[in-house]
Amino acid sequence: MAADLWTALFIAILAAFTGYEVISRVPVLLHTPLMSGSNFIHGIVLVGSIVALGFATTPLEKGIGLVAVVMGAMNVTGGYVVTVRILAMFDRSKRRGGGS
Amino acid sequence: MIAVVSDAVNAVYVIAVIVFILGLKAMSSPETARRGIVYAGVAMLVAVVVTFFISGLSNFALIAIGVIVGGGAGFYWARVVKMTAMPQMVAVFNGMGGGAAGAIAAVELLASLTSGATTGLSVAGAVIGSTSIAGSVIAFLKLQGWMPSRPIVLPARQPVNLAVLVVGVGFGVYAVASTTAIFLLPFFVLLLLYGILLTLPIGGADMPVVISLFNALTGIAVALDGFALVSGPLGDAGYAMVIAGTLVGAAGSLLTVLMARAMNRSIGNVLFGAFGATEETGVAVAGQMKPIDAEDVAVMMSYANEVIIVPGYGMAVAQAQQKVKELADLLEAKGVPVKFAIHPVAGRMPGHMNVLLAEAGISYDKLFDRDEINNEFPNADVVLVIGANDVVNPAARRVGSPLQGMPILDVDRAKNVIVIKRGQGKGFAGIENELFYKDNCRMLYGDAQQAVGKLVQALKRS
Repeated sequence: MAADLWTALFIAILAAFTGYEVISRVPVLLHTPLMSGSNFIHGIVLVGSIVALGFATTPLEKGIGLVAVVMGAMNVTGGYVVTVRILAMFDRSKRRGGGS
Repeated sequence: MIAVVSDAVNAVYVIAVIVFILGLKAMSSPETARRGIVYAGVAMLVAVVVTFFISGLSNFALIAIGVIVGGGAGFYWARVVKMTAMPQMVAVFNGMGGGAAGAIAAVELLASLTSGATTGLSVAGAVIGSTSIAGSVIAFLKLQGWMPSRPIVLPARQPVNLAVLVVGVGFGVYAVASTTAIFLLPFFVLLLLYGILLTLPIGGADMPVVISLFNALTGIAVALDGFALVSGPLGDAGYAMVIAGTLVGAAGSLLTVLMARAMNRSIGNVLFGAFGATEETGVAVAGQMKPIDAEDVAVMMSYANEVIIVPGYGMAVAQAQQKVKELADLLEAKGVPVKFAIHPVAGRMPGHMNVLLAEAGISYDKLFDRDEINNEFPNADVVLVIGANDVVNPAARRVGSPLQGMPILDVDRAKNVIVIKRGQGKGFAGIENELFYKDNCRMLYGDAQQAVGKLVQALKRS
């Protein structure tokens, strides 16, 4: 296995523990926005899509690469807007009748 | 064509990854959640923009078209959709991510076939990404009501599903081993089919868990694509994908476990149990459903020591949260304390009810978790169940019931229970609700919005 892959594996292990730690104490209230927010973060797939299409050579590769870019971009914008809309409901200025 | 990821581009990726982690952390606390998504959004924007500066990149016009079309469509769709449809939107956009991961893997596989290099990582990324998009689309169709939400159980589904998966992966491995691109076609077709077959037998009530699972899977698929990229000449763009993908994979997996635990189910049970497909036999529900008028309910509530409202998916569907807020305000004006009992999985997603009630302007200090309020039901004069069903079904306490062991709200122990319900149908799990047949339970038939509206009118008159 190439050295790069080992490096990536070490990084992935650290990232996995980070993800676990970050989520471990989260109130039920935030499960939905958090799912939506992490859905947005894997929108980083768009970067990979752009790279894949950017280095595609044959028409078939370009076609599939374009599909990847379209889907990745939808993941990013849709994921962001949905999360913001869900979280907008937690805006304290909109709360009436109390709150901390 | 030499691919170079410059130091400057890498530096931006590093910063973006740090901000993703901080953003996710911020999103796990109510005070900072809104800041978190904005930070992550800025990091994403910057990471995408610098990707264009990777030298050797071509097909700019196509990339721009793809970003504009996909980005525009996602933005528009997410903006116009109703809040009640949010769960299925998460499913759709998650599916898009999975599809993108699968498509990237396809491009990598095609390129590596022609160059003679092979990689099992792309095969794995393609497997998971394809399963995720197909499953997410089915989840969307079920939640949107474009497909029956009941579990659809095909004969011999376990062996058939396994066979589809194994044969599909076999085609992928063979395509790589023999460097024959055409075998990638049945590979992807069978994996998409596997995603569909996996999700069909899962009932609507379990969809939140499944969407969360597919979310985690997409993260893992993205990470695997990242692995495939780092071993190629493009190198370092892949590390950002490895970190962000793994982060989501881990966080999403934990979230999935937490959600399943809230329903006292295991992931395996959710995925392979075809929950709600089998009817419990030999248990006849005694008694009958007894209807009641809005006027009578209004009088009952006006003179109650307290009213506990239990909202469910029916409230979300009917967009009744504003009316519910009005009802609560009227009751409080009459000196009747109102509390809301929120089951962790009421609605189609954890926290769904909290979000809708907060939108209507109902204060958080009136919302109570199951654990906080379950002891209060026996003392409450009136419990008003609005469009909730399975989460208040006392059958869950009985050994042998399909719902057995699921934590429920003990509303049947209240002095009076009023259930607002559109008809006499069963809940999402497809199980008869014994609560409706109890002596202390009355049914107020109607769409949640109309029924609560009638209650408001009746209260104003009384």
